[in-house]
Amino acid sequence: MAIEELPLAVEQAAEAPPPQRRQRGLWRDAFRQTFRKRSAIVGAAILGVLLFMALFAPLLAPYGEREVLIDSEGLQPRTEPCIHLSVNWIPDVPVLSTLESFLESNGFSCSPNEPQHLMGLDGNARDVFSRVLYGARVSLGASVAAVSFAVAVGAAIGLISGFVGGRVDNGAMRVMDVLLAFPALLLAIAIVTARGPGLFNAVLAVSVVTIPVYARVIRSRVLSVREQDFVSADRALGVSRPRILSHRVLPNSLTPLVVVATLGIATAVLELAALSFVGLGGDPDTAEWGRMLALERNQIFTSPHLVFYPGLMIMLNVLAFNLIGDGLRDALDPRLNR
Amino acid sequence: MLRFIARRLVSSIPVLFGILLATFVIGRLIPGDPCQAALQERATPEACAEFNSEYGFDDPVFVQFGSYVGDVFRGDLGNSLQERQSVTDLLIDRLPVTLQLSAAALFIAVIVGVPLGVLAGSRHNSKTDVATIVGANLGVSIPVFVLGLILQYVFALQLDDTPLGLPASGQLTAGVIPDPFYEVWGIGHNSLFEFISNIDLLNAVLIWRWDIFVDALQHLILPAVALATIPMAIIARMTRSSLVDVLGLDYVRTARAKGLRERVVITRHALRNSLLPVVTVIGLSLGTLVGGAILTETIFNLTGVGKTLFDAITGRDYFVVQGFTLVVAIGFVVVNLITDIVYTFLDPKVRVD
Repeated sequence: MAIEELPLAVEQAAEAPPPQRRQRGLWRDAFRQTFRKRSAIVGAAILGVLLFMALFAPLLAPYGEREVLIDSEGLQPRTEPCIHLSVNWIPDVPVLSTLESFLESNGFSCSPNEPQHLMGLDGNARDVFSRVLYGARVSLGASVAAVSFAVAVGAAIGLISGFVGGRVDNGAMRVMDVLLAFPALLLAIAIVTARGPGLFNAVLAVSVVTIPVYARVIRSRVLSVREQDFVSADRALGVSRPRILSHRVLPNSLTPLVVVATLGIATAVLELAALSFVGLGGDPDTAEWGRMLALERNQIFTSPHLVFYPGLMIMLNVLAFNLIGDGLRDALDPRLNR
Repeated sequence: MLRFIARRLVSSIPVLFGILLATFVIGRLIPGDPCQAALQERATPEACAEFNSEYGFDDPVFVQFGSYVGDVFRGDLGNSLQERQSVTDLLIDRLPVTLQLSAAALFIAVIVGVPLGVLAGSRHNSKTDVATIVGANLGVSIPVFVLGLILQYVFALQLDDTPLGLPASGQLTAGVIPDPFYEVWGIGHNSLFEFISNIDLLNAVLIWRWDIFVDALQHLILPAVALATIPMAIIARMTRSSLVDVLGLDYVRTARAKGLRERVVITRHALRNSLLPVVTVIGLSLGTLVGGAILTETIFNLTGVGKTLFDAITGRDYFVVQGFTLVVAIGFVVVNLITDIVYTFLDPKVRVD
């Protein structure tokens, strides 16, 4: 299956390059394949929007991340969203005014002299829209950091234990089995409690919990790669072990890792949000979607907007990485390329 | 066959030992002084010394671990420092709630997920297929707690006065206290009976109280649906992709060439083989269910294993944390074992090697 076919396919392409077309590498091929699919394009688009939000949050946000508006605007906490459609620089389009009157009759809009808050105010009278924008930074940064650390450690464990084999392999894999025997969220909660709540510890916990997944993926790949002829050839030529590991085994083991890691970011977002939800994430002032939702969860019956928008953002974030990961898997797994 | 099962059992022994060690370490790593947590304002140095020697906290760590392992093998999980109850009693009280919730969620996930996957896979690339994929992608992406809150908002608030209205939290309507079945039957009382009577639905059937059964069921629907969504989406996706794979195989082409109706080809020929990976996924999703149960129980205010564990971790209730994580992890290992064994029954190829 995929394990043997991938390097082979690259070799074949190298043997007989089509006359005019320039030779393309595995990764470029995979990239093109991935983004030929509609679902992956949707995923990339969502991710693009989230990245844009994260990068330009200070420019896009009408208010600060922690700015309390109770004095300056005289508004009550948990004010409903207020959206002004007829902004003065847009010409008076009849469609917009129809839409506005529709929104107004459904309790979404507000009188012209009220300040605009696209997603309303939270329990501390902070602008939810601004906090949602800043939240993209925390969510993207934390989840990518968690997965990067887990991939680095997991890949090292998997590489060494697969390549060395024997007792080292057996011992390492038993430890991984034990880690996998605990439900991920439970173990993460235990780790954060042991180290004290906080964003850094939450990221660390989510990371540690997923290390076994990456270690196993890499190890199973290494086991098959190290038996291949080009590795035996290197051994016969007397190439050092670290060099075989880094120049032969690792590059040939990367494809499944990329797929699992991309899907892993989605899981990391969910788990980080869950940790924040049970109160083990960052401090309540940080604009973190899971935390925003947790703080207002008892207000679900009176101010659903405070739960709905952060929840929607978490979902979009997870969705983006799931869609891209699925696309990558289909592109890198030749078995499905029919 | 028996040899396979035996070998599989033996290979899980080191894992079980590792779990014992890990639960012990997790219990000890939780910061804070157990004496402070348990005695609170009565925690004078003298009282603490007495407390520590009573619970063995002043012994060397490896002695503590030794006595912990010994206690576990004797079935003694210690006493809760806060609930003034033995951990075993606490488990008898809380485990049924989580079991019932997870079982209901798994039931919904399988009952809805598999047919959806079959429907999508058998009409590959049709509108039904695309709709199912989109739905499944949304399903795996929505966090349990967001879905739970939305369900509460829709069914407990917006639809409250309609026939679709469902209670937002709790296990039974306040004031409804069903008699345990062993009392109704007058057959004495032991831990097993008590455990069974704490499974609300089962107890309601056993004491033949339809109204209580309906009440428990109504309280169960929302949390179960919230918890079921992610496994359901995963099962539907797995069923679909594995059915699509199998439908491309030669023997399916033969079946079609014989002139069998498409329905027969799918249900009799393709489906059996395509359900193999689905069994694995169902086994694996039980771990997700336990993690999700922590969140679901918090939102819907159910006193199950997840909520108890969370309270125990935050309240530094060492023995509860140790005992409950131990039971959850062992349950997980057993489920994986059962999945493997079921697999060998379903797929003769696994048995050969």
